[in-house]
Amino acid sequence: MTQIIVVTSGKGGVGKTTSSAAIATGLALQGHKTVVIDFDIGLRNLDLIMGCERRVVYDFVNVINGEANLNQALIKDKRCSNLYVLPASQTRDKDALTKEGVGKVLDDLAKDFEYIICDSPAGIEQGAMMALYFADVAIVTTNPEVSSVRDSDRILGMLQSRSRRAEQNLEPIKEFLLLTRYSPARAKTGEMLSVEDVEEILAIKLLGVIPESQAVLKASNSGVPVIVDQESDAGLAYSDTVERLLGKDVPLRFIEEEKKGFLKRIFGS
Amino acid sequence: MSLLDYFRSNKKPNTASMAKERLQIIVAHQRGERDAPDYFPQMKQEIIEVIRKYVHISEDQVSVQLDQNDNNLSVLELNVTLPDGK
Repeated sequence: MTQIIVVTSGKGGVGKTTSSAAIATGLALQGHKTVVIDFDIGLRNLDLIMGCERRVVYDFVNVINGEANLNQALIKDKRCSNLYVLPASQTRDKDALTKEGVGKVLDDLAKDFEYIICDSPAGIEQGAMMALYFADVAIVTTNPEVSSVRDSDRILGMLQSRSRRAEQNLEPIKEFLLLTRYSPARAKTGEMLSVEDVEEILAIKLLGVIPESQAVLKASNSGVPVIVDQESDAGLAYSDTVERLLGKDVPLRFIEEEKKGFLKRIFGS
Repeated sequence: MSLLDYFRSNKKPNTASMAKERLQIIVAHQRGERDAPDYFPQMKQEIIEVIRKYVHISEDQVSVQLDQNDNNLSVLELNVTLPDGK
């Protein structure tokens, strides 16, 4: 049975695309045939994060409009043979996504793939609503910051009222919290909402905590999903997140402040 | 934090707890609106209009809230702050 997973947040810039790329790659590395779709029509970026921007020929909207078939539009990942990317259109507008069109493409993909990851655009307009409409699972990406938490709560409302599962009175979408850009040191000093704070406010199951990490920018600079960097804290935290998504019970890491050496204590970091 | 910061530091207010409190309020409010039926904003507006026929009040002096209990019971709570001078 194919699982459709939406990576969503409401607010922009919290790490949806970074997380979509990392989680899709992680699932594929675990041997699951996975496709990741960019729903940000007009502002595609998943291709850059996945490092396949020069191989984009046809896109999601072309497939919906019948101008290309899925096989022509899907880009096979360089590193991982069971990972594919379906890029967004750069030229159309978000209204190019219709419920019928998106539903048809997802149905076709479901014949071939175990996991379909929908990388949602920010906001609550057509693209974002289409990304979450067909979802079985939602990964609500949130930064420990007031506007992001509030927007995440708004998105939870949408998942519960505007999705296919809600409209057809099916079992509700499984909602997970992915806390990104977390800084344990700042949470400890009371400068940043803690993991527990955000969990308590949003009251959904925690899937993972990704620490604020220099590895994320390095990964996007080079077009390699950060999960591939298994030397980095963020990469390892994403691996743990994928394990939990697959139902394994993995303890949280990188949520305590790392111990600083003697010199760092004196001279600062 | 370096050693220098350590000497400079005096107790800073805990802003995370402020954030948490503010969020709890706004999220509770958002969820109240989310669960309310579609006719609710209109009904609220009309209730305010009716009261306005008799007393001068502004919109923030009226709070209309719908609380839903688990056992199929909804409570409509109307709270009007009447001005002092009659």
